[in-house]
Amino acid sequence: MDAQLLTFIFVGISFSLYIGIAIWSRAKSTSDFYIADKGVNPVANGMATAADWMSAASFISMAGLISFLGKDGSVYLMGWTGGYVLLALLLAPYLRKFGQYTVPDFIGTRYYSDAARLVAVLCLIFISFTYIAGQMRGVGIVFSRFLEVDIELGVIIGMGIVFFYAVLGGMKGITYTQVAQYCVLIFAYMVPAIFISILITNNPIPQLGFGDQINGSSVYLLDKLDQLHLELGFDPYTSNSKSSIDVFFITAALMFGTAGLPHVIVRFFTVPKVSDARKSAGYALVFIALLYTTAPAVSAFARVNFIESVQEVNYDEAPNWFKNWEQIGLIAWTDKNDDGKINYSSGTALKGAKPNYNDKMGAYGQRLVTNENDLSNPNEVYIDRDIMVLANPEIAKLPNWVIALVAAGALAAALSTAAGLLLVISASISHDLMKKTLMPNINDRQELLFARTAAAVAIIVAGLFGIYPPGFVAQVVAFAFGLAASTIFPVLFFGIFYKRLNKEGAIAGMLSGLIVTSSYIIFFKFINPELNTDENWIFGISPEGFGFLGMFINFGIAIFVSAFFKAPPQRVYDLVEDIRKP
Amino acid sequence: MNYWKANLLILSIILFIWFIVSFGFGIIWSESLDEIKIWGFKLGFWFAQQGSIYIFVLLIFVYVALMNRLDKKYKSKEDD
Repeated sequence: MDAQLLTFIFVGISFSLYIGIAIWSRAKSTSDFYIADKGVNPVANGMATAADWMSAASFISMAGLISFLGKDGSVYLMGWTGGYVLLALLLAPYLRKFGQYTVPDFIGTRYYSDAARLVAVLCLIFISFTYIAGQMRGVGIVFSRFLEVDIELGVIIGMGIVFFYAVLGGMKGITYTQVAQYCVLIFAYMVPAIFISILITNNPIPQLGFGDQINGSSVYLLDKLDQLHLELGFDPYTSNSKSSIDVFFITAALMFGTAGLPHVIVRFFTVPKVSDARKSAGYALVFIALLYTTAPAVSAFARVNFIESVQEVNYDEAPNWFKNWEQIGLIAWTDKNDDGKINYSSGTALKGAKPNYNDKMGAYGQRLVTNENDLSNPNEVYIDRDIMVLANPEIAKLPNWVIALVAAGALAAALSTAAGLLLVISASISHDLMKKTLMPNINDRQELLFARTAAAVAIIVAGLFGIYPPGFVAQVVAFAFGLAASTIFPVLFFGIFYKRLNKEGAIAGMLSGLIVTSSYIIFFKFINPELNTDENWIFGISPEGFGFLGMFINFGIAIFVSAFFKAPPQRVYDLVEDIRKP
Repeated sequence: MNYWKANLLILSIILFIWFIVSFGFGIIWSESLDEIKIWGFKLGFWFAQQGSIYIFVLLIFVYVALMNRLDKKYKSKEDD
């Protein structure tokens, strides 16, 4: 059977499964809708958290990024897993003990202030929408490449599915769909990784395989990769090109940002007991680590395969995947030296960020671009890093069903994260904005109606982001983590560990973290992107890592301002004492 | 030592190890550790892309076990 038909079948089966689960687990009350009535088993919650967390970026983009970054890619591996240690130790059990519905709920109650609650809602909505835009783009890419439907139609189908289970089922529906989605995505990620590991190193465990010798020779894979990199003019694969301080700050910003992401935190509100929240964070990290320790192996294998299958190959003999992705517009080849061969090396092939194709074909059948060649280097290949995981099974010539499986897995990753984000957005609007601030007199049924309406509206907005992707999606991811680290994490942490912090201190801290971090990112990413190099950065910290510094600014300002105003009321001291008790 | 103090002590020890394996072995001393090669892996590279993650998982489960013991010692009663 051909790959496209198989993809239809796999995606069809997985989508029916999600819809079936949604019908079975409909939400009946606000407690059902927001936190699945605190009835989720910690292992199931661990799986749901893993699916919630691992997005289109983790599944599709991360291994590709690492493949091109080499050791510098470790920032994502450590940054996006180390945050769970912080979450398990510093936040999850206490917030579960507090036992309310949302993250702004805690901030509003602990700092006895609706202003603090609203600042938190604002940060939360901004972070969540930034994140969703990326998911919907992922759905669009998968549909257009594997099912050859328009990106628009693909996004609309994805929206329809999420609408069904998020609006009907709320947190309860989302939780059990995420459990199913985790199984689909991890299976889809592991199968090709194991196949490729056996093909290249004869070792069935990818985590060990990429440290093993290449089949039929005594050369270690990573040594070979370092050598290929040197030949092509790159830095060695296993050494850093970024400065240590920058790697340090980016890793830290991603870790503390992870711990401050509302859609992850809220998953720990759904388990029955405080001790379950701790255990659940452990299981979540086990399920996440399975993918995150496989990813660097996939990156290394993909890198070797990619270089070996295109380097110095005549374009007319180039593999099919190369031409397929060229058709989608994510690969371009420009024959700088007119030899008809693909020459790949370090440096950019074309001037301008993306290739602009005209509708003409070149002498070898390649798509021609209107960009000028960048003649400062011999590289002739433009390749979008996002395609490595999706193209990997084809590059390694794996059977068609594996290719179809990867498509279903990528969709599971994107949809599960989108649903989790939609839920925190809708809960913060219906619960924090309506029930707790604007319309305190609404009853449970009306609040549930608001929650469902807010979820529906959020889905439509997210879908529009997918159909008309704002050009800044990649840049704003730094934003989401930077803001989570510099606004939400510090107030939650102080809320538990520093009783004396009053509302004035908390609000001043959040606002200063928000302003400092966003000004730095906006300055370098949007206003003066040409200045975005290490000699202009403060202390050599890139915008991606600045959230970590923003966090300390938040801490400092919060303590300083807090000292000038009176201590929080006794009931807040009692509340903090209570959440600290087991 | 009361429950909260004991909790803080456990937290500090675990976070110290968390910091050493990731920021220490994976970043600060990574290049020196790369001198040591085990199998096909340079050690600093391995900590940055594999080892730190395994230890993170381990740390959370150690924390869970220690806290459960502590809870039992102070006879926690959870209300819901």
